[in-house]
Amino acid sequence: MGGVRLPAGRSEATDGAASAGTRAGVGSPGTQGGIDHVTEGVMTVNMGPQHPATHGVLRLVVGLRGEEVVSCKPVVGYLHTGIEKTAEYRNWVQGVTLVTRMDYLAPLFHELGYSLAVEKLLGIEAPPRAQVIRVMMTELNRIASHLVWLASTALDLGALSMMLYGFREREAILAIFEAVTGLRMNHAYIRPGGVAGDVDDETLERVLDFVDLMPAKLAEYEDLLTTNPIWIERTRGVAVLPADQAIALGVTGPMLRAAGVAFDVRRTDPYCGIEGYEFDIPTFEGADVYDRYRVRVAEIRESLKIVDQTVDRLEDGPFMIEDPKLAWPTHLSVAPDGLGNSPQYVRHIMGESMEALIHHFKMVTEGFKVPAGEVYVPVESPRGELGYHVVSDGGARPYRVHSREPSFVNLQATETMAKGGLVADLVAAVASIDPIMGGVDR
Amino acid sequence: MSQDSVLERMREAFPSAAERAVRDRGQLSIDLDPGELRDVAAFLREDPACAFQMLSSVSGVDYPDRERRLCVVYQLHSLEHNHRLRLRVSVSVEDPHVPSLTDLWPTADWHEREVYDFFGVIFDGHPNLERILMPDDWVGHPHRKDYPLGGVDVKFTEVSVPPADVRGANA
Repeated sequence: MGGVRLPAGRSEATDGAASAGTRAGVGSPGTQGGIDHVTEGVMTVNMGPQHPATHGVLRLVVGLRGEEVVSCKPVVGYLHTGIEKTAEYRNWVQGVTLVTRMDYLAPLFHELGYSLAVEKLLGIEAPPRAQVIRVMMTELNRIASHLVWLASTALDLGALSMMLYGFREREAILAIFEAVTGLRMNHAYIRPGGVAGDVDDETLERVLDFVDLMPAKLAEYEDLLTTNPIWIERTRGVAVLPADQAIALGVTGPMLRAAGVAFDVRRTDPYCGIEGYEFDIPTFEGADVYDRYRVRVAEIRESLKIVDQTVDRLEDGPFMIEDPKLAWPTHLSVAPDGLGNSPQYVRHIMGESMEALIHHFKMVTEGFKVPAGEVYVPVESPRGELGYHVVSDGGARPYRVHSREPSFVNLQATETMAKGGLVADLVAAVASIDPIMGGVDR
Repeated sequence: MSQDSVLERMREAFPSAAERAVRDRGQLSIDLDPGELRDVAAFLREDPACAFQMLSSVSGVDYPDRERRLCVVYQLHSLEHNHRLRLRVSVSVEDPHVPSLTDLWPTADWHEREVYDFFGVIFDGHPNLERILMPDDWVGHPHRKDYPLGGVDVKFTEVSVPPADVRGANA
């Protein structure tokens, strides 16, 4: 474990670039053409922050000797928006609206992790129907996220048709999300105490249709890639990160499972009754980009199995906790711009019941109070362990919300994976991490 | 309960620190002095009954009412035994020094940079302690409670944005 190289930070990188300006490496082949970022034959190149292969605004300060990567320092923070700080100034329910904006490909996992942490502080549990809906929605979200990964990684490595297919199937999931939450992203759907709206039978039909459709599509992807010699050439043995280094670097999720470690939060710290579902944790031994690909495809199959089981388990009942001191007071209906107050409910509070209006006003403006304490609750996001460390001082607003973002942690492994490889493999290495910069920078 | 075995081992090796163990909502936390942190952390990582191979997360919390107001929170996880433990180390603003754990868990690198960036805790022995999410030339540590929310100067003439806690509905 002591052999793990740590990525260093930005000043070292910029220092390197500045001292390179002294032209210490004049005479080496790299300096021809007047490039002055060259020292000892090593050229320092900025990849990003605006670069199609960095999946957002990631900047990599790469030291190159010819085509070989000799150093690679990720520089992050370009998307920092202070979501965690802002959450301290908003009430507990509003926190959901904020955290869902971190990882824009897996927003429901952030909502779930945050909501579970708040529920643990409150000492409550969401009703059974809400639990099943949560499992169904997050596993669909995992499939959608892995499909985007597959599409964009294949695009990075030159497999253009895979890009189109991945996004095509993802649309079907986003359509389901839109039918349930009103929005394709930033749902604010999973909330402390349950979920914001119910799932109707028509939507369940669509979910089942999707589950039926997907196996044939997955076979199609695998026909395209799994035995494709170009794909294998670009991915097998590339960006290897063995299990011991991965654990030392805190890497979790598909990257760790591709290195043979069957660590999955759904097994170690099960949530929403997911321990009662039948599914496997796929692992592979290669620890390379190819096996990360195979793990994710296998995980899509497992998630489909879970989604299929949720439809049968959905029993009638409330989808939000019934305690009026905690539950969001309104009945929401899906509108083109998300979930909004239903007309019947507005008629009720505005025309029929003064008490209901007062209650609504109090719950919406002030919200509920959460007993003082501190919890850490992990969930298994498509990228690994997503942990919420939430502190309450007993007030109506979070005292501190910290998100242990798997993208942030996994991105540290870039240099370890890319060093000694080729520039083209650096693209594969970064893509195989599946970093979402909104989550990294928060 | 594997938490009990962790606590048992802690009582044997570090009796005074184990006294400060708190169990709340099923989660075990231990408050440590900065001086104790490294020994305890190394023990927890190496001891076969504890075996915390994974440092899941490091975050900070600011409690302005306390004398040692900056609290660094470590979440440990053992893949082998599947138990979790939280370590808390508090330091004052005047002497915000905590030993770095980067040599025990290399993943601590970015986590500690983040806590340094947001809270100004200095991790002694960190190979490269610099801001990570805020710009390099940023002044102050934004997650401290006395640091205002928003109100950042915009780089256009005659434009200013009021702080979010003033302009919001919850002002």
